[in-house]
Amino acid sequence: MSTLSRRRGRLSPYLLILPGGLWLLLFFAVPIFQLGVTSLYDPSGSLEQGYAMTWAFGNYADALSQYWPHFVRSLVYAGIATVLCLLLGYPLAYAIAQKSGRWKNLMLVCVIAPFFTSFLVRTLAWKTILSDNGALVGFLRDVHLLDASGRLLATPIAVVLGLTYNFLPFMVLPLYANLDRLDGRLLEAANDLYASPARAFAKVTLPLSMPGLVAGTLLTFIPAAGDYINAELLGTPNEYMIGNVIDSAFLVRLDYPQAAALSFILMAAILAIVFVYIKRAGTDEVV
Amino acid sequence: MGDLRLVNLTKQFGIFTAVDDLSLTVPQGSFFALLGASGCGKTTTLRMVAGLEEPTTGQVLLDGQDISRLRPYKRPVNTVFQSYALFPHLDIFENVAFGLRRRGVRDVAGRVARMLSLVQLDGYGKRRPAQLSGGQQQRVALARALINEPQVLLLDEPLGALDLKLRRQMQIELKRIQTEVGLTFVHVTHDQEEAMTMADTVAVMNAGRIEQLGAPAELYEYPASPFVANFLGQSNLLAGDVAGKAGDDVEVTAYGSRFSLPAGRCRADAGSVYLGVRPEKLRLAALVDEVPAGHQYVTGVVTDSSYVGVSTQYLVRTAWGTELSVFAPNSGVTEQIPLGADVAAYWHPRHAFLLRREPGAGDATQPLLEPVP
Repeated sequence: MSTLSRRRGRLSPYLLILPGGLWLLLFFAVPIFQLGVTSLYDPSGSLEQGYAMTWAFGNYADALSQYWPHFVRSLVYAGIATVLCLLLGYPLAYAIAQKSGRWKNLMLVCVIAPFFTSFLVRTLAWKTILSDNGALVGFLRDVHLLDASGRLLATPIAVVLGLTYNFLPFMVLPLYANLDRLDGRLLEAANDLYASPARAFAKVTLPLSMPGLVAGTLLTFIPAAGDYINAELLGTPNEYMIGNVIDSAFLVRLDYPQAAALSFILMAAILAIVFVYIKRAGTDEVV
Repeated sequence: MGDLRLVNLTKQFGIFTAVDDLSLTVPQGSFFALLGASGCGKTTTLRMVAGLEEPTTGQVLLDGQDISRLRPYKRPVNTVFQSYALFPHLDIFENVAFGLRRRGVRDVAGRVARMLSLVQLDGYGKRRPAQLSGGQQQRVALARALINEPQVLLLDEPLGALDLKLRRQMQIELKRIQTEVGLTFVHVTHDQEEAMTMADTVAVMNAGRIEQLGAPAELYEYPASPFVANFLGQSNLLAGDVAGKAGDDVEVTAYGSRFSLPAGRCRADAGSVYLGVRPEKLRLAALVDEVPAGHQYVTGVVTDSSYVGVSTQYLVRTAWGTELSVFAPNSGVTEQIPLGADVAAYWHPRHAFLLRREPGAGDATQPLLEPVP
């Protein structure tokens, strides 16, 4: 082998990384650095007059003290939605992977089909479903689960339901990918070794599906915590999440330093939660 | 008595009958082998005993109790699976302890340590299955089943994935453990040598039924059907017809020659029959005059010889075109015989056997091909 081709062989991993790396550098690393810089600008500046770099760490304290309820609300809503997605998604993924037989592909298409229409349009559809004059509210009032003036729209329930609906596929798909690989012979072995179906699930299926479960919960929780569409369309300002605050800080109030500081706090909070979660779940291979 | 009895056991998958009205008894403490080609129903039979398959009709009796409708986790029966099916997320200790923990047995640590020692895996408790070799995984699978002291241990081709040398070693080890713990072993295999070396009793299965059941030597020396004769090793089966009886002997004509053999070696004494002789029971003589007294022979030409070390395997083409197999031991007593030589292949009548033949069926001298598991 010539020196040249050997050198090319050694370089090839770097050449493969190059396009994606450049893309990330330009559209992820540079903007996030810019965002970090912006978060430390003097908050008294404006878009017209420009901002002065004053290392204003106070921006963070201000953002937190002013908007901590929105942070808490975001994490709580996203957390509840994630749990609901798990409760709905695990049995669904299990059924598709293990029990669907020849319907498997059709069922997978059904899970993915919502992606063919826009996120926004689907959330607007939920506005109709949950509306005060809709069939659902009418039924719940008839069976007295809601009182006569009770409503679903513009409540925390509506926002959590919207989040659950929108992020369910992100839970189902990784779980499906994992459960599809589950070796049925292991369950037979567990049955043979005195484990009832319920025990076999707890001792074999569930532990083996942990990587899929962790991936699914992360893919659901992380975007749900930063979401603002559901709160905006299905809730009121009382249900606004931190995404709505950042949205308005950037686009309405034009307070760039604060918007950037809020974004960084959200990112740090999610990273911390994910880190602790993965440590506890003991599935390092996911990250 | 803790015998395992299968009574009129049948399993149908749609229109396919995998196990067809099968009845047999496995005495307590015996090493029983179900031998057959793939698709003969042996694994389905095993799975019905384990409870992983529900019989269409019939019963599985253990110690007199009908367990055929019992869920697998309620049966005092454990399985060593062909794929081992070790739990990849648990270490070896927890794999072996799995059954004990489900039943809430005390002194798990002590029992697991003793069991790992029995299968010679001391000190492997903390490893994961993926870190073990195939033979070691096989022994973990065995330990995981044995530790529960089941009334019957089911082995589903447990040695199929091992290479030949390791397989021989594990066969000896399995036999040793079975003798040591004294449990009933039911071993499913397609490997006739494995079944014969390990089991006390072998049942040869074909198309969901038992063709013959008996001790290995009995099956080999006196097969009950052409299937068994050519599944267990190889036989030269010559198509013939019973000519009559002469005292304790049955007389047979085949291809214009007359043969006789003791009535005790005959599965049929009238009509169309196969005259069978094992290749190693045949001797070759250069001249018909050299055939010893009391022996019978057919003449032919040597068309092929393969030197395989312990023996030389010859093919001898008879006048009517059938090629007989002859295994001549390389004991240094006889010379190698050149290709094209005229020979007489002779045997002693007490080494021959007579089987029922479908009228019209021709000679059968080929072993059944060893199926891929």
